[in-house]
Amino acid sequence: MNQTKQVSHKLPDDHVQKLEQIAEVIAKYEAKPSNLIMILHAAQGIYGYLPYPVQKFIADKMNIAVSEVSGVVTFYSFFSTNPKGKHTILVCMGTACYVRGGKKLVDGLQKHLGVNVSETTEDGKFTLSVARCIGACGLAPAMMVDDTVYKSVNPNKLESILSKY
Amino acid sequence: MIQLTINNKNISAAPGTTILEAAKQNGINIPSLCYMEGVHKFGSCRICSVEVEGARTLQVACMAEVREGMVVHTNSKKVLKARKVLYELMLSDHSQNCLSCNRNQSCELQQLGEMLGVTENRFSTSSARESIDISPSITRDLSKCILCRRCITACKGLQGIGILDAQNRGFDTVISPAMELPLGAAKCAFCGQCTIVCPVGALKETDHIARVWEAINDPDIRVVMQPAPAVRVALGEMFGYPVGTSVTGKMATAMRELGVDDVFDTDWAADLTIMEEGSEFLDRAIAVLSGKKAVLPIITSCSPGWIKYIESYYPQLLPHLSTCKSPHMMLGALAKSYYADKIGFDPKKMFTVSIMPCTAKKFEASREEMVNRDARNVDAVLTTRELGQMIKQAGIDFRNLEDGTFDDPMGQSTGAADIFGVTGGVMEAAIRTVYVLVTGRELPFEKLHVAPIVGLDQIKEATLKFENVLPEFKLFEGFEAKVAVTSGLAGAKILMDQIVVGNSPYHFIEVMGCPSGCICGGGQPRSEDPDVRIKRLKAMYSEDESKTLRQSHLNTSILAIYKDYLGKPGGHLSHELLHTHYVDRSKENE
Repeated sequence: MNQTKQVSHKLPDDHVQKLEQIAEVIAKYEAKPSNLIMILHAAQGIYGYLPYPVQKFIADKMNIAVSEVSGVVTFYSFFSTNPKGKHTILVCMGTACYVRGGKKLVDGLQKHLGVNVSETTEDGKFTLSVARCIGACGLAPAMMVDDTVYKSVNPNKLESILSKY
Repeated sequence: MIQLTINNKNISAAPGTTILEAAKQNGINIPSLCYMEGVHKFGSCRICSVEVEGARTLQVACMAEVREGMVVHTNSKKVLKARKVLYELMLSDHSQNCLSCNRNQSCELQQLGEMLGVTENRFSTSSARESIDISPSITRDLSKCILCRRCITACKGLQGIGILDAQNRGFDTVISPAMELPLGAAKCAFCGQCTIVCPVGALKETDHIARVWEAINDPDIRVVMQPAPAVRVALGEMFGYPVGTSVTGKMATAMRELGVDDVFDTDWAADLTIMEEGSEFLDRAIAVLSGKKAVLPIITSCSPGWIKYIESYYPQLLPHLSTCKSPHMMLGALAKSYYADKIGFDPKKMFTVSIMPCTAKKFEASREEMVNRDARNVDAVLTTRELGQMIKQAGIDFRNLEDGTFDDPMGQSTGAADIFGVTGGVMEAAIRTVYVLVTGRELPFEKLHVAPIVGLDQIKEATLKFENVLPEFKLFEGFEAKVAVTSGLAGAKILMDQIVVGNSPYHFIEVMGCPSGCICGGGQPRSEDPDVRIKRLKAMYSEDESKTLRQSHLNTSILAIYKDYLGKPGGHLSHELLHTHYVDRSKENE
């Protein structure tokens, strides 16, 4: 089987306390299946992301199938099943940035960080993401780290940019 | 009643009827694919789109309800064009290695293409989904999935489990367990109801045909085959017989023509199961009636989908299960001990094949505890569909076969064993024997049937009062045994929840994992006949009524094996060979 999704992560130390908080949210929403999206939204706020054990916990508490919870989590791009790193790197892959080498930046970052797009480095420091356009076409190719925009980036500059974090 | 016209024909239909249903009731067939009678939930494939005058867009006939004065066209130019494009788009995302597909010529997508007159591929084909997931019972080929969601309806709507659902979005959508886990890691009961409803080759049983041919063609191997009760009333459908035709004799001959050495009958082992399970029930009831502790209700254990379900979802109730192996496992164990000793053959060179209406039995046969004397009880499990395929592969002219019989010493059976294949049958068979053991008299019911537990209702119950009992069963005098029968895991959940909260009134419960029991098990031929359940049920009861002996304890070959080999029901050797234990699977893969 071609396993595309990572299923098990090392769970955070405060896993149990966070599940208790999520249980309170579910109780507040009376465990109604129609409130699932709201509950997942709140749960992601508490836990940071929605890995399988959290989905399973929510499904059991709400008495619905975990395949249904997972179906909703994987449908909406807002929900993440991977932990977010301390910093988020956002590479622009809009038309202008793409033709000026955005793809090379993504390749360079993947190599440098050892992760694929939408994944987080093992030390939990960086999450690598791409965006279609960040509205900075004049600065192409551009990327952001958290709220800071870096302009005219090329793969050689990546190391010095990342070393600031 | 609501008045409307479909294709210029005046029609009346009850409020709440869909256009598709109203058309069908009046002899108008609207092509459909994802529609499932009775439990339809998603109008996902859109193939049944029709034109409704005054409506802005085409309407989906399986979801849109009839309205007063509605004017519907099912074959207008606009409809035909849209339907064809919908079909072509579906095909553009479907693996098209049709010639090597298990469903070639029994594929609903193929049939639909023929109906719609699609003769070319206008869109290039590339399936976005390429993975194959092979579990012990069920194989999923996602490249063939057309996202119709019937399997979701079967799993969640019919069985109440919900292992499968749509994951991801757009081109990335797959029908899969949560987080795209493989089926084997997802607490699937392996009932196989999804394989019955899949219109294409995306869901099917995991193949055991190859290993059976290999064994048959090995001159050193002795192949032992046994068919389950429900196989004989459904196999004929694969050879053009009407639904509900029994083909017991031809089936036995076909097995022999395949090259099988010993053709035994799981029915024989069903009679044996009644002796073991009946005595287990009596032991537990005697303990409770004499004020000692014993776990009641006792629950039947013949259905491996049901067993995997209770192990996964109600592990605290495992002590309620009968410890009896399912009948085909008992026969497998005895073939490689009792029978092997009798004929002086090395059990390690024996290959036991069970023909089952079931996909879960494949998993059951692979369970690690199903081994005695270093030999697997059952080496391969073929579904009814797979046996049909093998008979076709071998070029056997099934319809013109002579009727054959099963081999001694494990071929004789009573009518009580036949009804093991239908909901209520195991319980009725047990009651027939237990009643005689306790009272010394035959069950005083017409044709020996326990009428309240015959039929297709989800939950059935009956009360059996014991009076004028034999002296050795004096504790039973006046005892009213309450029994319940359910088929389908949604019904099982209801009965198990009662036990969990402590208000189950029953002493004995029969559970079959598939709705209607094994007659409509996940390994049975797919049928378009809306009355398939009742027709197969009737065929099972007529098999029963056609037998001279109809109570398990009267089966002379069963009496002989106790006398010559096993000793008594529940004895030491029975426990070694015929009984098993269960595993808490609730925490697996978490």
